[in-house]
Amino acid sequence: MAYTEEELKKELETKEYEYGFYTDIESDTFPKGLNEDIVRAISKKKNEPEWMTEWRLEAFRIWEKMEEPEWANVNYEKPDFQSISYYSAPKKADPNKSLDDVDPELLEMYRKLGISVDEQKKLQNVAVDIVVDSVSVATTFKKTLAEKGIIFMPISEAIQEHPELVKKYMGTVVPKTDNFYAALNSAVFTDGSFCYIPKGVKCPMELSTYFRINEGGTGQFERTLVIADESSYVSYLEGCTAPSRDENQLHAAVVELIALDDAEIKYSTVQNWYPGNAEGKGGVYNFVTKRGICENNSKISWTQVETGSAVTWKYPSCILKGNNSVGEFYSIAVTNNFQQADTGTKMVHLGKNTKSTIISKGISAGKSQNSYRGLVHIGSRAENARNFSQCDSLLMGNECGAHTFPYIEAKNKTAQIEHEATTSKIGEDQIFYCNQRGIDTEKAIALIVNGFSKEVLNKLPMEFAVEAQKLLEISLEGSVG
Amino acid sequence: MLKINDLHASVEDKEILKGINLEVNAGEVHAIMGPNGSGKSTLASVIAGKEEFEVTKGNVVLDGEDLEDDAPEDRAHKGVFLSFQYPVEIPGVSVTNFMKTAINESRKAKGLEDMPANQMLKLIREKAEMLEIDRKFLSRSLNEGFSGGEKKRNEIFQMAMLEPKLAILDETDSGLDIDALRIVANGVNKLKSKDNAVIVITHYQRLLEYIVPDFVHVLHNGKIVKSGGKELALELEAKGYDWIKQEATV
Ligand SMILES: Nc1ncnc2c1ncn2[C@@H]1O[C@H](COP(=O)(O)OP(=O)(O)OP(=O)(O)O)[C@@H](O)[C@H]1O
Ligand SMILES: [Mg+2]
Repeated sequence: MAYTEEELKKELETKEYEYGFYTDIESDTFPKGLNEDIVRAISKKKNEPEWMTEWRLEAFRIWEKMEEPEWANVNYEKPDFQSISYYSAPKKADPNKSLDDVDPELLEMYRKLGISVDEQKKLQNVAVDIVVDSVSVATTFKKTLAEKGIIFMPISEAIQEHPELVKKYMGTVVPKTDNFYAALNSAVFTDGSFCYIPKGVKCPMELSTYFRINEGGTGQFERTLVIADESSYVSYLEGCTAPSRDENQLHAAVVELIALDDAEIKYSTVQNWYPGNAEGKGGVYNFVTKRGICENNSKISWTQVETGSAVTWKYPSCILKGNNSVGEFYSIAVTNNFQQADTGTKMVHLGKNTKSTIISKGISAGKSQNSYRGLVHIGSRAENARNFSQCDSLLMGNECGAHTFPYIEAKNKTAQIEHEATTSKIGEDQIFYCNQRGIDTEKAIALIVNGFSKEVLNKLPMEFAVEAQKLLEISLEGSVG
Repeated sequence: MLKINDLHASVEDKEILKGINLEVNAGEVHAIMGPNGSGKSTLASVIAGKEEFEVTKGNVVLDGEDLEDDAPEDRAHKGVFLSFQYPVEIPGVSVTNFMKTAINESRKAKGLEDMPANQMLKLIREKAEMLEIDRKFLSRSLNEGFSGGEKKRNEIFQMAMLEPKLAILDETDSGLDIDALRIVANGVNKLKSKDNAVIVITHYQRLLEYIVPDFVHVLHNGKIVKSGGKELALELEAKGYDWIKQEATV
């Protein structure tokens, strides 16, 4: 059989890789620990260009000199960063595994969430026979997106195919030096998504379904970059309502959003990583840096429903650099059992007539701790900046905690800042009232919680909102009575 | 239909109901009157199954079945309805959504499918009209910011939606203006039939001019100390409770 020149070149490349310097760490899972060689190996494994490798190494050197932050209102045993393995090949379906091998409790949850059997299998790494639906859906999506010039692909592919865009924007919103976890992510990120919407294009679909079908396990160091060019619009959905029992203890993702002049990005997240068991054993540490930058007349809107993880540390933020730009943050954070969440936002007003809105709904049950931490910063040149913040906490039982830490820095006298906060409790009287109307206690709690969260749920795209409602219900199951 | 036998109930070791006996048959209206703190609302709550109260003796029987082991929602599914003296607020949950949930939960308990949306809307419209409730009102959060009278009217709207077998109206008249009282009372009368029964808890004769009781009972210190016909209410209005209290201690 005759090789084409192209094929030959490829063959040689892989051979070189196979027998090269890194053979000792070439297996599907790297040895534990982190050093420059591991960073190089990750880059090599992904076949990255030189500049990317250097970028990672620089981040690693910065990270080495940093300390893990301590200021959040969370208590946990610090991960040992030298006992983590920083690369695992994406898991393949195990042909010998069937749904019978999966924890029945988990399957029950899937059933309640209305997740199809095929998808259940996918989530549990069970081989799927045929997924006609998602394949065809994905292809149609790809075609429609390509027609509009929208780029939507794994970031590792974007590094290969659109290096100029990645180079230009990556690290501009969340610099490598930003914080401990962001630096770590910059050094070792394994994959994530890249999205570019060209000038004047309105992305015709929510970029979710595609995502959900195509990226089951996105790994522990996810990197996402979304660029909305001038006058474009995109709504991006991240995550999945299905609970993932990921064995990765530490998740440190970075998400950067760039909204150029007159553009709008709507970014919605449902986070449902494994929260640990009812005794507080296990569970994911979710330390995420999410930030967007707004140029003139642009808008970034973050909506999040956070129900999972043992410890959450997450502050999706907006830098309102351009004049008349708008930042929004809508959040529901649920903690139950021994979960701890320290989440909120930063709205940094730099441009004139910038506006931000913060609506945060914290729901605490069990022995959990739920903190809102938010910063509203009005720069000295931000004439007529406006902010409205509302932080509501709902408590269930007497053993949980809700905390609010609002920080305000106003360096311009024309700023208008409003902050409202409430704390309420689900009362026995409310539950009895519902019971008396024929609604059982679990359903009553769901109803009350949904009512409490309504302003935020309303911000979610329709099909996601329904799932999110069910998710709230399931997350709080067994929290009363 | 309802039979209460020597019912004793307490909260935090304090006995509040001290041996209540009451029988209510289908088609009847019973009024319960009595001084503040005599146990009227407690009796209503115990019938509805509020767990805060511990039944220490006696029982509540509905259609021959002891309700002892029934949770409040089970009792609701069996047709017990309580119009609360102090309806609670549920922020963010609209009246419509609440009713939709309540009706479908009851249907589910009976093994029925959810009520189709158009049928639900028709029912809501019909009952809202009967009680002269503005449609805009129904999309507001349940009881949140409602005036005292609006809350009470809304309770009867819920009763109309759920069509209970046994309705207990706890001081539904308090807070209602004169016109509203008439509208609400007419609503209750329209819902009355030979198959259901109403227990009206009230302090005032006025409501009983509209919803005419077959029996009037006086509750004092956790016991029914006097029962009579509708003329007993008039007598109480004229004379107050002192004479009854005295009679009771003799
Ligand atoms: N949860 C509770 N804890 C302690 N005491 C209670 C509780 N609920 C009711 N009580 C007491 O029981 C007694 C009866 O109360 P209840 O509300 O049944 O009276 P009522 O007859 O409905 O009075 P009113 O006419 O003022 O509505 C009162 O003394 C009240 O303080
Ligand atoms: Mg009372």
